[in-house]
Amino acid sequence: MPTMTMIEAIRDALDVKLADDPGVVVFGEDVGFFGGVFRCTAGLQKTHGIERVFDTPINESAIVGLGVGMAAQGMKPCVEIQFADYMYPGFDQISQEAARLRHRSNQQFTCPLVIRMPTGGGIYGGQTHSQSPEALFTHVAGLKVVVPSNPYDAKGLLIAAIEDPDPVIFLEPKRIYNGPFYGHSAGEAAGWSSRPEAQVPEGRYTVEIGKAAIRRPGSAITILAYGTMVFIAEEAVRQTGIDAEIIDLRSLLPLDHAAIVQSVEKTGRCVVIHEATRTSGFGAELAAEVQEACFWHLKAPIQRITGWDAPYPLAAEWDYFPSPQRLGRALIRAMED
Amino acid sequence: MVVGEAKLNFPGPPARPGGAPDFSLIEVPEPGVLPVPPLDIDAEASEPFAKGMIRVLDDAGNAVGPWADGMGSLDPAHCVQGLIDMLRMRIIDQRLLNAQRQGKSSFYLQCTGEEAIGCAFQRQLSPGDMNFPTYRQQSLLIAADYPLAALMGQIYANDCDPTEGRQLPTMHSSRDYGFFSISGNLGTQYVQAVGWAMANALSRNGQIAAGWIGDGATASNDFHSALLTASVYQPPVILNIVNNQWAISTCTAIAAGASRTYAERARGYGVPALRVDGNDYLAVAAVSRWAVERTRSGLGPVAIEWFTYRTAAHSTSDDPNAYRPRDEAAMWPLGDPVERLKAHLIGRGIWSEQQHAQKQAELFDEIVTTQKEVEQHGTFVNPRPFSPAKIFEGVYAHLPDHLRRQRQEMGY
Repeated sequence: MPTMTMIEAIRDALDVKLADDPGVVVFGEDVGFFGGVFRCTAGLQKTHGIERVFDTPINESAIVGLGVGMAAQGMKPCVEIQFADYMYPGFDQISQEAARLRHRSNQQFTCPLVIRMPTGGGIYGGQTHSQSPEALFTHVAGLKVVVPSNPYDAKGLLIAAIEDPDPVIFLEPKRIYNGPFYGHSAGEAAGWSSRPEAQVPEGRYTVEIGKAAIRRPGSAITILAYGTMVFIAEEAVRQTGIDAEIIDLRSLLPLDHAAIVQSVEKTGRCVVIHEATRTSGFGAELAAEVQEACFWHLKAPIQRITGWDAPYPLAAEWDYFPSPQRLGRALIRAMED
Repeated sequence: MVVGEAKLNFPGPPARPGGAPDFSLIEVPEPGVLPVPPLDIDAEASEPFAKGMIRVLDDAGNAVGPWADGMGSLDPAHCVQGLIDMLRMRIIDQRLLNAQRQGKSSFYLQCTGEEAIGCAFQRQLSPGDMNFPTYRQQSLLIAADYPLAALMGQIYANDCDPTEGRQLPTMHSSRDYGFFSISGNLGTQYVQAVGWAMANALSRNGQIAAGWIGDGATASNDFHSALLTASVYQPPVILNIVNNQWAISTCTAIAAGASRTYAERARGYGVPALRVDGNDYLAVAAVSRWAVERTRSGLGPVAIEWFTYRTAAHSTSDDPNAYRPRDEAAMWPLGDPVERLKAHLIGRGIWSEQQHAQKQAELFDEIVTTQKEVEQHGTFVNPRPFSPAKIFEGVYAHLPDHLRRQRQEMGY
């Protein structure tokens, strides 16, 4: 089985679906001839032709709006927003159009559209190349929101997203495109080849949207994480030696409620971690879900480790980005309660 | 060079309530002056059409010029059909306005004065073509012979409504009748029409799409997105701009700025554009037929500014007497589309006042009969609501667990 980076796995998923289904089209800024600024679509135009993989003007509302029209007419557009930070001009089309079309037309029209976008920080990108806007999407009824944390899931979830009958926001944690990230900002980056999740089968397979994965079974405390934070959680567990259960949510909407409840009922403790700002972040939703469902099993308050409620900084990035040390301290606090 | 001070311009209409209506700044070109351009005209060559105005009917009701005899739109049966479509539309609007005034629906929105545009355009489309209308294009549905019970059921949100009470009255949706689900957010669907047309071209299905936008919403970013992407990818789409002079209380100059016509703005994107007397059924029909033929032949997009006037209030929640002279509509220099076509048909001897009155009475009876039947299925004052659990249907193709739990919490 070949080893792939997340970029290669995403490209492979697109390649498989472009070959599989003549309705699939891929477009966005720089995605055509050049293959995307992160190279996720490199070579696809050459293989599948310019009618299937093409460049667009720098206009996110047009990219999504065209996608809505094409999807409603029966195609399967898989569009790229160059950075999640750039999606805001397209948010009207995403939240009011793509998300609502099936419902408001009473299923006369549907919108099987996939919107890919690199998300998150850790790449010295400053405030316009580092944001994590997932909670803006999970607040919209009618969307599905997924965040893969490794190459195997990235390919399987992207194929599932393209085959899904409804619009899917596909957030790609760009910090781990080329390898897992354990929070050592000054150290050398590890490659994907060291990880079993980089073993990616050839051809079509899917990872079900709405199912979380237990990355590390444990009995002392539950860590709810997604994207890059899965590896921060692994590192915090290594540093503290606490027997935590790490749940990689993979899909935020719909959420794998059962997996979360099962784990917290077992451990009685829960820490949530994400890169996005804290107030009204997805962690608030997770904490609320956990206390509603597991209140009588809890032995300690649920804690949130998140980005601070400030714009994403450049120089102070590593004071902002949730570190294994911050998470480790939260784990220790939770165990003391 | 004269040196002065920077000073802002705040455009307004020529007249406000209490003042005399003033349309002296509106140039009304003579009918029959502009030729029928070749189907493959480019944006550059379309300049006279974007700056001028294609008109067929003169003040005496005669059809004049190359657009009158060149497009086959003088066929008597077609003309009479057009008049009937517009009459039907006007009566339905009046009946549904009254129903709202009686409290039978929460909201209504008329297209009075603009009937010719949707009625004539729709009759030129073929099955499979798709409109992306605004909420003032119900005339497209009338000319598509959309079942009246479905149209009225949507207003009453009863079980005659194909969308089962999901949307504000007048936000119709009908895939089968070529009418895309109306969002209610202005402008958003203009670029979706381009996307739909791109899918048509990629799947080589021979169908076309038509985007619709009002003069007010040409200010939205989606207008730019649609014109730009139509220009870049050249899909089979007709981009219609209905310039009815008013966006609620905002006069058209606020959207136009210092530009002269919206057709000219479209032409600036490299899309050929024409401006048409939208109150002239024969001009609308002829230009629509030309545009449909051009678009379906793979010659790329075209933009059309339909020049008209919003005679009625914006909606039942609006009172135009608060911002424009009471008698402005009556002074509109391009007249009324129904009266103009009627005069033309009578002049040709294929229609009469007696036939007109008789047809109007027939349509009225037919519409009132249907309306009474539909009202039996429930109205705003006498609701027979759907199960509230319907709100969870169609959020997704398959009901996810969290919605199942919420539905149970609701009590269903």
